[in-house]
Order: sequence, then structure tokens, then C-alpha cells
Amino acid sequence: MIYARRASPLHAARPVVGIAWCAALAAAALVVDHPLVLAGLLVALVGAALAAGVGERLARTARMGLPLALAIALIEPLLQHDGLTLIARLGDLGPLGRLDITLEAVVYGSVLGLRALVVVAAFGLYAAAVDPDEVLRLFRRRGLRSALTVTIATRMVGVLEADARRLADGQRCRGTRPPSRMAVVRAVTSGALDRALDVAAALELRGYGARRPAARARAARPWSRHDLAFAASAVGIVALVVLGELGGASAFSAFPRLHGAGVAASGALAVALVLVALAPFADRRGIAR
Amino acid sequence: MSVLVFDAVGYRYPGAASAALHDVSFAVGEGEFVVVAGLSGSGKSSVVRAASGLAPHALGGTFSGRVVAGGLDTREHGPGELAAEVGTLLQDPETQVVMGTVRAELAFPLENRGEPPAAVARGVEEAALALGIPHLLDRATGELSGGELQRVALGAALAGHPRLVVLDEPTSQLDPVAGDELIWLLRRLNEEWGTTIVLVEHRLERCLAAADRVLALRDGALAFDGAPGPFLDWALVSQPALATPGARLFAAAGLGPAPVGVKQARAALRARAPLPEAAPPAVAAPPRRGRRRDRDGALRFDRVWHELRGGRTILRDIDLRLAPGECVALMGRNGAGKSTLLRHAKGLLEPTRGRVRVSGRVALLLQHPGDLLFADRVGDELDPAALAAAGLSHLADRHPRDLSGGERQRLALAVATAGDEQAAVVCLDEPTRGMDRARKGELAADVQRLAAGGAAVLVATHDPEFAVAFADRVILLGDGEVLADGSPAEILAGGWYFATEVARILRGAGGALTAEQGAAVLRAAAPLEVPA
Repeated sequence: MIYARRASPLHAARPVVGIAWCAALAAAALVVDHPLVLAGLLVALVGAALAAGVGERLARTARMGLPLALAIALIEPLLQHDGLTLIARLGDLGPLGRLDITLEAVVYGSVLGLRALVVVAAFGLYAAAVDPDEVLRLFRRRGLRSALTVTIATRMVGVLEADARRLADGQRCRGTRPPSRMAVVRAVTSGALDRALDVAAALELRGYGARRPAARARAARPWSRHDLAFAASAVGIVALVVLGELGGASAFSAFPRLHGAGVAASGALAVALVLVALAPFADRRGIAR
Repeated sequence: MSVLVFDAVGYRYPGAASAALHDVSFAVGEGEFVVVAGLSGSGKSSVVRAASGLAPHALGGTFSGRVVAGGLDTREHGPGELAAEVGTLLQDPETQVVMGTVRAELAFPLENRGEPPAAVARGVEEAALALGIPHLLDRATGELSGGELQRVALGAALAGHPRLVVLDEPTSQLDPVAGDELIWLLRRLNEEWGTTIVLVEHRLERCLAAADRVLALRDGALAFDGAPGPFLDWALVSQPALATPGARLFAAAGLGPAPVGVKQARAALRARAPLPEAAPPAVAAPPRRGRRRDRDGALRFDRVWHELRGGRTILRDIDLRLAPGECVALMGRNGAGKSTLLRHAKGLLEPTRGRVRVSGRVALLLQHPGDLLFADRVGDELDPAALAAAGLSHLADRHPRDLSGGERQRLALAVATAGDEQAAVVCLDEPTRGMDRARKGELAADVQRLAAGGAAVLVATHDPEFAVAFADRVILLGDGEVLADGSPAEILAGGWYFATEVARILRGAGGALTAEQGAAVLRAAAPLEVPA
């Protein structure tokens, strides 16, 4: 399991708030284009992971996401032929035609890679700091299929992490030539499908999602100060992103030439996002150091 | 009244060439303890999947006939709805435990049924007490051993007080102690709560004494339905691989009827003649240190320790030497350090203290053979010569995932041992999980063939009968230390748990471990009368 119970404000918040806060950061990464603002979001996520005591776990998730981000950053300039600032001519590559690398395409690819990394980090923080048992309970009253989808997605992080460790040992135990990278990816992918089915079957065998009379409602749990702080932070993140979009502080376009908001405006937005995201962690009352 | 009814049930998995179940009909009455027996691929697991509704709801495939479990027709009710009436425990506990803590795991099925919080808390407490796991309630499920996880999964299956519990080889990953405890726990639940039990099991010697009835499947069809005693008589004639070691002992000694369990066997032997004197338990201590160590050997552990960062010690001062061609069984409870020791031999782990020395390449077959297989075709895993040597050429075009458990394991072993340099040491980690006796015999032959080729073979196993079939030396590990190291007769003839069924019946007399050895001891003690 990647989730680790820690004494932190994020762990203390109710799951729906934790999900909303992580989702706000991921959604912000999908909306904003400016690399400085994206970098700010990454800083916010790393800071939050450290403040929540799950920095090591986030680093493990990031190690899995980094190859994806790098692949995007490297492949995009090869596929994207727009942009006016030519930095390399790779000549005629047969079916691919003439391949010219432009500065704009390189920057655009890097922005996409950074965005992917932020989204992976937001999901990693969610998996490490939001109690999956509580998420399971939260979605129990929703439809079976949507509940199963969310639950399996939550459970699969830990399950696949364990599988990846086993497959790595399996590679080292082979006496023959090591498998190709593509073969490993195929094995992990098909294994993931099998494992998702296992998890779904186990959930159903425990009666999850069965249509039964609704449980007697539990006494409503009052909202804690951590719930309120992270909810306010999530709203603040969304508001800042909307304001940044409307005011142009997060504007950025790569083509035909690099063009975007000034460093001052986008830097201020990035700093504001970091401060709003990390503000709830300042409340350490009742948490032993 | 019947709690489980199979009415002309047929089932074919999606994409399968043949049906897993053909026209299977039986009824299980309230409060019965039923064991389902059969060789690998006979359809035992399919019975569990059909009873719990997984087949066809979760697995797909073609289903015919009718299954009524706990009064619910599985064609109309899926596994989620059946869960209130049918508790299910599958083979692999790691894939069945879905919550982060034991308390949450036990509460989960009750919460899913809409029970109020007070009833959930009581149900959790009672399930924990019934299974002897109250001390685990606040532990994270990710920290538990295989045996503990299996108990927790059983607790979750029982927490809602289902009328019927179906279990698919729940002891396959457990050591003999934990396996016996689980079977007797089921018997207690059956006797005290009246819970109906349907148990699929390969190690029949472990559970027949607790059963009221046995269903035997062959090629997906019901081949036998009756009491355990008549089942053993039937198995000795019709399907010898299903006969227990005790039954084979009696058959080899010319005695009858076949005994169900150690108690019945001893009573029958006592009634015939005084039982042979048991030898005093042999003391097979680990080799003493301080004397001059051999400098050769295929594998050497020199005072090896393995300590975790948190302070827990997995291996303590292990001193071992394996000679080329030696076949060694490594036994011990779950968590004793067997897998860690094998991983050190392969070099997957580094000792905290001490050294591991090997004379050449080490091959390790992991617990999950599929972890060594990455290609889409069996033929792409090995070159044709190696595939032919493993006897798998006819399967070259199949996907490794579509092989049977035994075939997949044979392929993984061939992949692990393949290469230009012959392996000097071959290690196998729990290779008999889910295997029937016939396949275990084949595996024992494979192991001995590797040893005959000059490799030192070290096999971690919970199965004393399998250890006897291949090993010329047994090492008993406990809490990371070597507790005993000697011949199979020294280690496995005098124990309670780490002993074969024949040894338990004869209480170690004559060091007999197998049915044939036991029959010789019985003949020597009281020559059989030969009918005129």
C-alpha cells in the first residue's frame, strides 16, 4: 500500500476534501499553460508531500512518472513542425519527411512533460495521503461501476507497485537474455488488467456495491478546522487559476513564437498558488512534532 | 434443507477450448462440512467460483444449469448480493484483502450490508475473537504474513455470519502449523455455529478427518460423492493420486479399510497388534561452529545476518554449506526467513553481516513463476533446444498465461536455469503451491535431475511429503535461525507438525516417512497373515 497514516493536517482532513484539494492542483495543471505557473504547482505538491510526511513516497511515484514526462518532452519536438526558430535540421527521414527541430516545439514539449509530471505528482500525493478505506466508504453509496472504477484506481497504485518490484526480481532471475522493454511494458499492462479484475472480484465478494437498504445514516461528522482549511485552499487554487486565465497571468503560447505573460505576473501567480496550497499545513495544533 | 444446490451445471471460461464443469449436480445440506477433491484442472476452483457467483458474473464465459446458494439463484444475484449468504475465501490472500487495516477489513462486509455502527463493532470483535486475531485488529494489512492475511480474509468472509462458506485451497500458502490451525478453526465454526463449509483442498490428509463428505471431480464432472472413508477406498482404486499417505500406507501393508486421519489409523493399527516402538526423537542440531570449514561447496552462508532498517531481524547468524549435487529442503513456519535466505543465495539481497559465497551461477525460481515470463509466446521465452529439453515444445505457440500452473512452472524453471553457463545452485521458493500429488512427483523428478547434473538444489517448502520425495537433507528454519539440519528421517520422522502423515501415524517408528517405508516397518513389527 502506498498510503501511509501520518500525523499531518492533510491526513486529518476528510477524504472528500483531500480528494478535492488534490484534484484542484491536478486540474490547475491541466488548465494553465505557463511553465512558471506549472513549476509553482510542482513546488506546491512537493512542499505538501514534505509537510505531510510522505515525501519519500511521492518521490517513488515521481520516479515512475519521470520517464513519461521525459518521453513526452523528447517526442513532441519530433512530431511538432510549427515554430519559427529553427535550432536543428535532421534532414529527410524517409516516411517521416523533413525533420526540423524548432525552439518553440522543444519548449512546448517541455511544458507538456512538466504538466504530466504535475498531474502524476498530484495523483501520487492523493494515493499517499488520502485514506483509501475512507474513499471506499465514500463511494459505496454511488453506483457500482463508478465506485468500482474509483476504488480500483486507488487500490491499483499499491498493487502495481508491489507487482513492479516482483517483476524486477523476475527479470534478474532469468537465465536467458533479458526481455525487451516493450515486453516488460506489455507484461505490466496485461498484469494490471488481471490485477484490476482480482481487486474488483474481492470487492464484490465482500458485498461492495450490492443494492441493499441504505445504511442507517451515521451521525453527521462535524467539519474540522483541517477540513475547512483544505476546502478553502482548494477553492482558492481554483479561484487563482480562473483569475490567472482571465487576467492573462498564466497565458502562454509556443507557436508561432514563444509568447506569454511576463515573468512578474506569472511569477506572482505561481507564488500565490504555492502559498494558498501550503497554507493549511501551517496549522500544526494537536500534531506532535 | 440444502444450502448449496448445483443442478446440471456446466461452465466454460471465456476463450477456453473445453468446459471446466460438465453437468455437475449435488446438494449440500445445512451444517455439512464438505471437501471437494480432484487433480489440478479437474474443476474444483470452478465450483467455488460458481457457488460465489463469480462465474459467470465477474468472469464471463458460458454458464448452463442452475446454482442456488443460500437460497439465492446465482443467475439472478451477483457476488455482491450473494455475499450476505455466502462467505468466500480464495487461494491468494494478497488479492482478497482490500482495506488498509485489519479492523477496517473485518468491518467492510458488515458496512456494505448497511449494518449500524454498533453492530459493525460487535461483528468485528466477534470475528476477531473467533479467529484468534484480536491482537491484529489495528495492524496494517500490508504488514501481515501470509498466514495472518489468510486468517483476516477468512474473518472478513465470516464477519456477516453467512450460512455457507466456500474456500478454495486456503492452506496452500500456509505452513503446516497454520494450515492445521485453519482447518480445525473451520471445524469449530462448523460445529459451534452450524456454518456449512465447502472446502477445496489438495492436501487431503490435512482435512479429511474434519469432513463429513467428499465430492471428487474428474475432468469437470462429479466422479464421487460420499463419506471420507469410502472416498479413500474409491481413490485407491480409481484415482490413486487423490489417496492420502495414510491410505496408501494401509494399502501397501495390505490393511483395510483406508483410515481417515492419524487418529483412526492408529486405532486400527492398535487393534491389529501393538504399535511398533517409536524411536526417541532424533536431535539433528545445526552444525557446530569453530571447526575448520570446508573451502569448497556450491553455496556457502558464512554467519549471514539480515536486519531491516526498523530493527527487525530476518536471518540470524546463518552458517550453511551446500555441496554440488545435494538436494536440500528448507522448511519452517511462515515468516521464518526461507524466502529471504533464497534471495540472499541469488544475490537479490545483501547481508547486513556475513558473506554468501557461490561457486557459479545461481538460478532462483520465485514463488510466482509468471514473474519470470515476459514474452507473448512460449516459444519466444527459450530457444528450441531448451524448450524441447523442458518438454514444452508442443506448447511453443501458446501464451505463457494460458498454460496450466504446472506447465507455467516448468517453463519458468527452464527460463531460470537456461543460459550459457550451467547453474551451480538452483533455488526454488514454494514451488508446490496449488499442485496435486501427480505434479509434485514430476517436480521432485525435475529437482533430482538438476542435482544429478551437478547443481546444488535448495527448495523452500511447507510440504513434508514433497520434501521426502526429493531431498537428501532437510534444514528447519525458525525465526531466522537454523533449528535443525539433518537427513529427512532425522527431521521429519519425529515432529508433530513438520512430519509426514506416515511418520505421525507411526510416531517416527523406524524413521519411516513414506507409505512404502511405513508398510515395511509394519510388516517387520507384525508379519501379516497371508490368506491361504
